[in-house]
Amino acid sequence: MSTLSTNTDMVGKTRKPLAEFWRRFMRQKVALVALGFLILLIGAAVFAPWIAPYDPTQPDYVNVLQGPSAQHWAGTDTYGRDIFSRIIWGARISLAVGFLSVTLGAIGGVGLGIIAGFYGRWIDSLVMRVCDLLLAFPGILLAIAVIAILGPGITNVIYAVAIFSVPVFARLARGTTLQLKQAVYVDAARAVGVADRVIMLRHILPGTLPNVIVYFSMRIGTSILTAAALSFIGLGAQPPSPEWGAMLADGRTYMGVADHLTLFPGLAIFLTVLGFNLLGDGLRDALDPKLRSH
Amino acid sequence: MLSFLIKRLAGMIPVVLMVMVAVFAFVHLLPGDPARLVAGPEATAQDVAAVRTALGLDKPLPQQFLTYVGNTLQGDFGMSLKTRRPVVEEIGMRLMPTVWLTLFAMVWSVAIGLLIGVVSAVKRGRWPDYGGMILAVSGISFPPFWLGLLLINLFSVRLGWLPTGGYGTWQHFLMPSFTLGLGVAAVMARFTRSAFIEIAREDYVRTARAKGVPERSVIWRHSLRNALIPIITMVGLQFGFLLGGSIVIESVFAWPGVGRLLVDSVSYRDYPVIQALVLMFSLQFIFINLLVDILYVFANPEIRYK
Repeated sequence: MSTLSTNTDMVGKTRKPLAEFWRRFMRQKVALVALGFLILLIGAAVFAPWIAPYDPTQPDYVNVLQGPSAQHWAGTDTYGRDIFSRIIWGARISLAVGFLSVTLGAIGGVGLGIIAGFYGRWIDSLVMRVCDLLLAFPGILLAIAVIAILGPGITNVIYAVAIFSVPVFARLARGTTLQLKQAVYVDAARAVGVADRVIMLRHILPGTLPNVIVYFSMRIGTSILTAAALSFIGLGAQPPSPEWGAMLADGRTYMGVADHLTLFPGLAIFLTVLGFNLLGDGLRDALDPKLRSH
Repeated sequence: MLSFLIKRLAGMIPVVLMVMVAVFAFVHLLPGDPARLVAGPEATAQDVAAVRTALGLDKPLPQQFLTYVGNTLQGDFGMSLKTRRPVVEEIGMRLMPTVWLTLFAMVWSVAIGLLIGVVSAVKRGRWPDYGGMILAVSGISFPPFWLGLLLINLFSVRLGWLPTGGYGTWQHFLMPSFTLGLGVAAVMARFTRSAFIEIAREDYVRTARAKGVPERSVIWRHSLRNALIPIITMVGLQFGFLLGGSIVIESVFAWPGVGRLLVDSVSYRDYPVIQALVLMFSLQFIFINLLVDILYVFANPEIRYK
């Protein structure tokens, strides 16, 4: 397991591994660039109403299907809407779907994982068996099954994508819990009669967090990609929402005529997902340098 | 070996049962009355009641489940709400296009993934390695549906070399299989690289080098052959993901497979078809995982005799 989580066993020395982690992370040039890009993107999403030069959904039939220009940096679509503005507003949707779904998945998964690892026996076998089953499925199929029940729409996409993050986090949290369960301070807490619930929340949960954070970043990339795919096939965000996958689907009929309709949304998805994946790789390497050689 | 097989097969029974319960529960989780869904929006209350009795929806749930299991075992999945034809027929005529698409995609994945992975491992820490790994992380992050559109734009719209979509000749296969395979190729490249680096540390590789075996032979004979065991496992596991990816890629290239059938059925709310397809996909994944486990044990004597 990671050096960070083993070091947190030593109560009172938790600062040192954090500083060490930070020092190693600062050396990851690629991950730092990715982090910078993501901070910019999050800023753009938060301040979209002030940054975006045009209304993302207001049609402008005078300026239909125009190529990139000084007025419209990324051109306009079939309704004359400014694509650059739509991409900035779309960042809100994609980032919100990514963060919310992975947060939901992480809460569910870490909770299940800690309970499974802590109590062991049949609870453990049951939880892990279900996780194995879910892990064997490609995320998109699970998501489509959930959409089939809840109906299409961006809110339902969040739930649909959250579900396949659950087993990943459950496994991760269970592994750490099994280790920490043996720790002296957990034994001590139990000996003085601390309730199980408190032990899990206060003594085990913090130990699982370093790994959870690394996977959080990587799962956001996957989740954004899956959500965009769902919107692309018409099961996610519905028009006139400026969701990137839906924009790609809208623009495909104009390929060869107006390529900027598919170029910019595609680039937005790619760069965002790449950013989260590179950040995740960097966090992982900083957390556990041993993994680097692989 | 036999006891392992029996144990592994027996372990599948609860999993298959769990999947069947989930797929059966699916229709009951839907908002609204299943009988009304089957009868259609214009049906009278009488029609709905007739459908309810005909489908056995008025019976207690456990009995309904047994009927469902019985029908499934006989290959009876009901009728499509959209076409009013047996679901088995609908799926049957679309199954092979998806199987072929997945197989061809796997050929791309293994060819590209192995090449990049081996080159990266051999040139570790130098620019071919960095280049290869940048390609790999980009491949993992690249939206496959966008890649599909870019390829269509280049090879169909602009150059006119390949058909934009559809099914038939080998030309129809090139772009969809490549698009589907690229993401897995990236995963394979990363995996092959680390498997290869691991093996390069083994004694027999050092011995081979020490006794003067040419470097090319060390790489392809001694290293790759041993790296193949984990790689084969990976190939098996990735099949499931290719099947999942086919759902989106088939929509990009108008491919007449089960993936597109699933998307269309969800849009149309054709529940009998969705139910049958989800069950079919699930059983496929379970079966693939079983196959991988068995192959793994066959390929690795250490586990076989434990």
